[in-house]
Amino acid sequence: MSELPRRAWVQQLMGLPVSVHVRGAALEDDDGARSDVEAAVAELFAELRRLDARFSTYRPDSEVSLLRARASAPGGDGAPGEPSPLLAEVQHLCAVARGATGGAFDADLPGGWDPSGLVKGWAVERAVRPLRAVCSELGLDWLVDAGGDVLLRAVDGRTWSVGVEDPADPSRLLGALRLRDGAVATSGSVHRGAHVVDPETGRPASTSVQATVLGPSLLWADVFATAAVVKASGGAEVARAWLDTLSGYRGSLASSP
Amino acid sequence: MRRITLWVVSTLSALVLLLSYRTSTAGTGADEAAAQPAPGTTTSSASPSTSTGAGAEPSASAASEPPSSSSSSSSGTYTGQSADTRWGPVQVRITVTDGRITDVEAVEYPQENHHDVEINSWALPRLQQEVLAAQSAQVDAVSGATVTSDGYLTSLQSAIDQAHL
Repeated sequence: MSELPRRAWVQQLMGLPVSVHVRGAALEDDDGARSDVEAAVAELFAELRRLDARFSTYRPDSEVSLLRARASAPGGDGAPGEPSPLLAEVQHLCAVARGATGGAFDADLPGGWDPSGLVKGWAVERAVRPLRAVCSELGLDWLVDAGGDVLLRAVDGRTWSVGVEDPADPSRLLGALRLRDGAVATSGSVHRGAHVVDPETGRPASTSVQATVLGPSLLWADVFATAAVVKASGGAEVARAWLDTLSGYRGSLASSP
Repeated sequence: MRRITLWVVSTLSALVLLLSYRTSTAGTGADEAAAQPAPGTTTSSASPSTSTGAGAEPSASAASEPPSSSSSSSSGTYTGQSADTRWGPVQVRITVTDGRITDVEAVEYPQENHHDVEINSWALPRLQQEVLAAQSAQVDAVSGATVTSDGYLTSLQSAIDQAHL
């Protein structure tokens, strides 16, 4: 199985490394397959760039930044113009996420509306569609790792192996998961400092845990992992009990010293 | 430019450390020296060229593209000198646009496949159906709390990607 031809692509997008791996016999035999895969990977990166241009809170001209600016403008009427269909979709998903996590995931942060915690998984799921279709047709396995959140599919009984980083030492792993289809998302505070903010207090959530969630959708695995880290500030048992209530998703908490 | 220089030095030091973790108990003197973190290189203190050892002394002055005049201090491409490691030469090139790292690339990278990782502990009890039983595993990807571009080259994911690029 490890003998199968395999290709990888990496680009730095949204301040994150985005790695794409494709594996399967068709990569070796078929020039047409190779160029179809190349085109689908290029489209994946291009779509992520387009979505970043629309949703980045770092770009002053993004649709999200313009929305935030209007909302915080003195004397603003708080009635933004008509959002694009994509922005409307993300606004809706943020509302659903807030409800599904009992408020632990909330895009309405003290600094303004920020859907970043949801947009990454959503954007990867959108952007991977052409690659998913091409690989399905050609019997190829594919995997996307966007800054530590992984979406994958393997066919013909094969699997991908996804290591889960040790929060105490990123060069080591807590374990590895053997998966055919779906998503693995991990949230915590290893690399970026305390980047998960508790919506209630506006302060960094507990930094002593890392949550990993498995499930069919990267968007929801990521949202649930983030929410579990927030909930763990009320105790690891609280977060574990909540993870157990999720349907179709399973999660694990790892403590960092 | 100083900031960039220091970043490249600390990256190379960390990269050498990363490459060393697997066999850190069996190093020769020279490799041990290379695996020492370079004191001061992650702070704003001067003399980034000191104590990196074993050729890991990137001057980062060889910009392959001249920075644009409008933002000369925060944009450009910077290439460090090649550093010898046990696994072969490592040379790093980074691209900075408006102060953000937009690309990191290993110009040279050891050819040996070294993403065979020791499993540290057993902390995923709830995911046991999928957890590999081995004490070490060849992994295809790494899931971790949000990774950033500036940490990429020192990451395990980078090592995995490089083996298949």
